[in-house]
Amino acid sequence: MTERRVSPPEKIRIEGDRKTAIETGRNRLMVAGALFAAAFLVISTRVVDVSIFSSEAEPRYSRSITKTEKYTGRADIVDRNGVLVATSVNTASLYANPRLVLDPEQAALKLSRALPDINVEAIERKLRSDRGFVWLRRHLTPRQQYAVNRLGIPALNFQREARRMYPLGPLASHVLGFTDIDNKGLAGIERYFDKELRSRQHNMALSVDIRVQHVLEHELSIAMEKFGAIGAAGLVMDVETAEILGMASLPDFDPNQPGAIDNEVRFNRTTQGVYEMGSTFKIFTTAMAFDAGTATMRSGYDATDPIRVARFVIRDYHAKKRWLSVPEIFMYSSNIGSVKMALDVGIKDHRKFLTQLGMLKPVRVELSETGSPLSPSQWREINSMTISFGHGLAVSPLHLVAGVSAIVNGGIYRTPTLIRRDARETVVGKRVISEQTSLNMRRLMRLVVENGTGRKASAPGYLVGGKTGTAEKVSGRGYKNKALISSFIAAFPMHKPKYVVLAMLDEAKGTKETLGYATGGWVAAPVIGAVVRRIAPVLGLRPIKTQDAAHEALSVKISEKSGRGRRVAAN
Amino acid sequence: MNVFARSDTSVLGRWWWTVDRWTLTAVGALIAFGIIMALAASPAVAERIGLDYFYFARRQLIYLPVALVLMIGASLLSPTGVFRAAIVTLTIFSLLVVATFVIGTEVKGARRWIGLGPISVQPSEFLKPAFAVVAAWLFASARTGDIKHGNLISIASFGTIVGLLLLQPDVGMSVVISVVWSAQFFLAGLPLYWAVLLIVGGAAALAAAYFTLHHVASRIDRFLDPSSGDSYQVDRSLEAFINGGLFGRGPGEGTVKEVLPDAHSDFVFAVAGEEFGLFVCLIIVGLFAFIVLRGFARALQETDLFILLATAGLLVQFGLQAVINMGSTLRLIPTKGMTLPFVSYGGSSLIAMGLCIGFLLALTRKRVGAESQR
Repeated sequence: MTERRVSPPEKIRIEGDRKTAIETGRNRLMVAGALFAAAFLVISTRVVDVSIFSSEAEPRYSRSITKTEKYTGRADIVDRNGVLVATSVNTASLYANPRLVLDPEQAALKLSRALPDINVEAIERKLRSDRGFVWLRRHLTPRQQYAVNRLGIPALNFQREARRMYPLGPLASHVLGFTDIDNKGLAGIERYFDKELRSRQHNMALSVDIRVQHVLEHELSIAMEKFGAIGAAGLVMDVETAEILGMASLPDFDPNQPGAIDNEVRFNRTTQGVYEMGSTFKIFTTAMAFDAGTATMRSGYDATDPIRVARFVIRDYHAKKRWLSVPEIFMYSSNIGSVKMALDVGIKDHRKFLTQLGMLKPVRVELSETGSPLSPSQWREINSMTISFGHGLAVSPLHLVAGVSAIVNGGIYRTPTLIRRDARETVVGKRVISEQTSLNMRRLMRLVVENGTGRKASAPGYLVGGKTGTAEKVSGRGYKNKALISSFIAAFPMHKPKYVVLAMLDEAKGTKETLGYATGGWVAAPVIGAVVRRIAPVLGLRPIKTQDAAHEALSVKISEKSGRGRRVAAN
Repeated sequence: MNVFARSDTSVLGRWWWTVDRWTLTAVGALIAFGIIMALAASPAVAERIGLDYFYFARRQLIYLPVALVLMIGASLLSPTGVFRAAIVTLTIFSLLVVATFVIGTEVKGARRWIGLGPISVQPSEFLKPAFAVVAAWLFASARTGDIKHGNLISIASFGTIVGLLLLQPDVGMSVVISVVWSAQFFLAGLPLYWAVLLIVGGAAALAAAYFTLHHVASRIDRFLDPSSGDSYQVDRSLEAFINGGLFGRGPGEGTVKEVLPDAHSDFVFAVAGEEFGLFVCLIIVGLFAFIVLRGFARALQETDLFILLATAGLLVQFGLQAVINMGSTLRLIPTKGMTLPFVSYGGSSLIAMGLCIGFLLALTRKRVGAESQR
């Protein structure tokens, strides 16, 4: 080292200091240099990493153009067997930057050639606006996109979007619901699980079996047309798991055309609609009486005279005008007998029993479209009397199905669900009646189909049991005589019930074939028969031969008062 | 390309033979790239905010010769000349910073700009190089005992300047000046425990900014947890690099510049990534690294503490801006509006950067009798 600078002698000490200072400076400069070298190295690595090795964890958008129009993924929905029922497909949506449009009139005219159904004036008005972004048409087909591209109009552009599609059209439309143009769920599962569907990566499996759903909708629509009904509802539910296999509300809609859905058809009769169910409620009355011990399979009530209470007269539709055993009361659907059974249990217990069956609260299921039951604000004797045969308390069809499930499955109430349960999962529920009561009820319900009002619900080999229900619709302050809610609730196979099925027709009219009757037994029961015949094989149930012990086990011996022989014959 | 004969003893001739031509070439390359980026990125931005298509590009091309003349002019100065020029600049622009509180124009909630006739100037940009040189002189003089209380004067002036900038408020500028000043203090032989204290103080200051300045807090939050808020800009910026890949989509073919509000300034590196690809990005990083590290290497040969400190300060300022800009574009650090030297759009920034590099070139010129060990 040679120091060439010549320093005056008096500065020698300082010169020494200067040398140490410069040494320190140099050493520390190396540190600063190293830091910078490291920083530039990190930046280079990061550029390489982002440019060519960027992983899925990085936010990555496919050609998003504006902030508000981010691509939103939405999980597919499948049925319990994995059949695709709702999916999202990528489409192109047409937008324009009006500031760049040279000749709005010409552009609108040209566009109408590629998209003949657009409103030329409206498009022209949009193109004349001074905004930087206007939608011209959402969700174009590839063919339409090609046609628009061919026009070569500047300022037009496409935004890739996802569009919700329902490959099966109107099938299960009330279960699925639909989405708006921005893929926001507006009804059904799409609405109830809107957030979940947006975030989840894999399919959502419904409890619905689309084959069962199809049969249910098909048979209901046949009956609806045949009897000129204004609407129909149907449900199929697994009694052990409370999974809903089919949920039909007619008229239905095509969720692929959300714009064309009016409020009438959106209405889900199975969960939103509440109806006075009529005689099907006698299932609950009878089960309650058995469980309370106030009635047995052998006891009975005098149903000779109508009951007069306040300004009402309660009479029987198929009046026998004699003493009836409990099975007969059930089989002939005697209102008088049911009222007496309910009064013997007592109004407090009656109310408590129906509460346990969930009849007084909105039904819990994965839909936002659920209606609240209409129940008496004050539960008096008269309320118990009418409710015993299904009037004065309006519930949704799903209420009824869930309640009847508990009656036939051995006595356990379980909350219905539209989501597929794991087969290994044990579904918890709460006991509402005893096993014995459940068995007796199954025998009575079987009796109705074998010998009573529900013979048209029969499906040979599948041991259908059930109960008819016919209720006059409320209109204003009174009842409309001619407007009926005709229903049939069934379970099968009755020796070991697997499924509950409900069919309900709204304002069915009698035909020549039904001798003018539009009661549950005439119009709804045949739907049950047809549905069971079609779905039982699909669901893997083996038909049971007539000689089988199962038949015998369910048979009911009708007891008679004072030894007078009365055979239960076909009637 | 030796335009000047070795024997040329004119001012420019001597300059040519003494200036660091490698650094000059690298800066020239950055400037050339800056012109390309002004043409590529700024029209989309100008169009979006309703200005003439080439509004920004044209302005940038007007500022550029000014910056170049200033840079060459400054690089002709002697070290003493550099110090004098810095003192004058510092005085004038400190006064202008004060003036922003009175006659400044408020942009996005901060008073940083001052209108001078048809042009507006951001005086704080010019403070950075000037203060780096002045602080270097103060530290060096304190060390050599040429003036008394050099360090105290330095601390006092630092406090005043940062205080003024925080009042505007301009956190980014304050951070750069603080880091540069601290680095110089460190190089000037600050005892190590003081250095540690300085770092702790800096961290405390950042924490204070986090808790008192809302926009600072939100930026840091969004960096640490992108889902907590809008990380739209930096998402788009990363998307640009992904789109660009190895070779880019081609000049003018970028799409991200259409949506990024600051595509021509803070996010210009992303536009480069999308249109020119990975290799060009690496070249840009390489140019910055080259200028900074070569400057440091030259400073290592220096025997004059003032020159060493001033050179280092200017390089830290230049390098830090580049690192912060590219780092925030790549989501390595929270988003901080900072221009990429010579590449981003911005008149004040460009001209001040010209001054900065001019000072640097002046200080790193070979001086007869000044160099030490060969």
